[in-house]
Amino acid sequence: MENNAFKSRHQTRAQKDRFFKFAVMIPAGIVVALLVLILAQVVINGARALNVDFFFKEQKPFGETGGGIVQAIVGTIMLLGTSIVVALPFSLLASLYLYEHRGSKRAKVLATAINTLQGIPSIVIGVVIYSWIVVPLRSFSSLAGGVALAIVMLPLMTSMIHASLEMVPSSYLEAALALGVPRWRAIIDIILPASASGILEATSLGVARAAGETAPLIFTAFGNPFLSLSLKGPVSALPLVIYEYIKSPYDDWHQKAWGAALLLVLFVLILNVLIGSRKKH
Amino acid sequence: MNDRRFNALLGLAALLIVFVFAGFVLTLVVQSLPAVKQEGAAFLYSSEWNPVTARFGALPFIIGTLLTSSIALVIAIPLSLSAGIVMGEYVRSGWLRSLLNTLINVLASIPSVVFGLWGIEVVIPLVRNLAVLIGAPPYGAGILSASLVLAIMIIPYMSSMTREALMNVPAGLREGAFALGLTKQEVVTGIALPFARQSIFAGILLSLGRALGETMAVTMLIGNATRIPDSLFSLGNTLASVIASQFNEAASDVHRSAMMRLALMLLLITMIAGWFGRTLMRKGASAYGK
Repeated sequence: MENNAFKSRHQTRAQKDRFFKFAVMIPAGIVVALLVLILAQVVINGARALNVDFFFKEQKPFGETGGGIVQAIVGTIMLLGTSIVVALPFSLLASLYLYEHRGSKRAKVLATAINTLQGIPSIVIGVVIYSWIVVPLRSFSSLAGGVALAIVMLPLMTSMIHASLEMVPSSYLEAALALGVPRWRAIIDIILPASASGILEATSLGVARAAGETAPLIFTAFGNPFLSLSLKGPVSALPLVIYEYIKSPYDDWHQKAWGAALLLVLFVLILNVLIGSRKKH
Repeated sequence: MNDRRFNALLGLAALLIVFVFAGFVLTLVVQSLPAVKQEGAAFLYSSEWNPVTARFGALPFIIGTLLTSSIALVIAIPLSLSAGIVMGEYVRSGWLRSLLNTLINVLASIPSVVFGLWGIEVVIPLVRNLAVLIGAPPYGAGILSASLVLAIMIIPYMSSMTREALMNVPAGLREGAFALGLTKQEVVTGIALPFARQSIFAGILLSLGRALGETMAVTMLIGNATRIPDSLFSLGNTLASVIASQFNEAASDVHRSAMMRLALMLLLITMIAGWFGRTLMRKGASAYGK
């Protein structure tokens, strides 16, 4: 009798175990299926839009089919270039500050500011940069867009660069100081080169993050149907083109929106793969 | 160059970043003053938002934001916890694990505007068919579509944070439990999940912060109507989506100022969610045997 009770108790436990496994595997399977579906649809729909004109021609007037989105490709490159020029020096200096003043109250204030900056919704960044740059200059501009993206990148890059600085063994710095090298030279010539791969990784991740941002660009870079290389005028960008084209009534533009989405996803993926493969070495 | 100048340079950059952050808050406060003067506290509870008559009550957007985010959480939590448990407990090594990790990372890096595009072309038609089927208003766009896509967008974050929390449970606890003859399910629900619960909850809060501030996908899917949503199929707006859709068209200074006030509100809400999440995260991390 007792043996039976033990056996059935054991059986229910084993059943519960199997049921639990089933109960988590099914939703996890749904998640995986959804994610694969989204990726597949971006690739399939996007691939239909790709042709030579798509990469090298400007947008056609409203309602005409054909043309391309070269204005957005160039615009995105310009915006990302500007944002790196702004964000990289600041995140380097800020992470060096965190490195040099580790544990101090001021470093904690800076770290908190950076953490909070990271959580700011990107639309709020757009609104603020609008009143800081667009209003005084009286024009939407790629400069304003680049600065907005720089603020998106800055917190991420700073915390990543700081982490890679901290990974350099402190004996490197101590050895240099013991040889009589001034501290600032030791940091620039020893610590920075030793964490070069981390800095590169942080920059690529920052770019990958900023490339897809749309919300900070609507009120800053604004968008432009024509190819523009001006820092003071509005420019287009891949995410802006997706946002604008899908709202239009033209099938051709809907297809181009998918094409732009595919380009953007591929770009971000390639950056991520590069970072991943560097990590393995 | 010498050490003093080098330090001064670092200090200057650090100060500038702190100023940028303080400047964000200050700019939003100053710019929202005209709206504060005109509407006062009614901004928070009035539901009349009419730029033409210059009435600005943000209640519909506050409700829209809370509604979409909470529906998204309700959908995302069970799915993400399951995915996190599978990745953190069942497939801890091998090709399947790296496949799942890569997939989750890829999805976390897809821009929100692409999710918006996907939602317009895939989710909106589905929701429209569903609405027709049950006799709801057949817009397609609306609260439900926005919440569904929002849920899909936060699943990668929430599940990878759940996975990390479970992976950090000390191996000794798990081994001890197995040695006592507990089943996998008993170890997961009785040992690992309770141990990691603070970190998992922190992950949920951080995902909520993202959902509250998420702009593009929601703007593209919610229908951008100023009204208090009365059903899942109703059109609506969130704090972020109203800024994205109206800011460039704002004709009057008060309208723009009201938008700044929305941005300030959004900033404060997400800051609070993020601060809570980070504090819990630290507490959760310090629980691991330190």
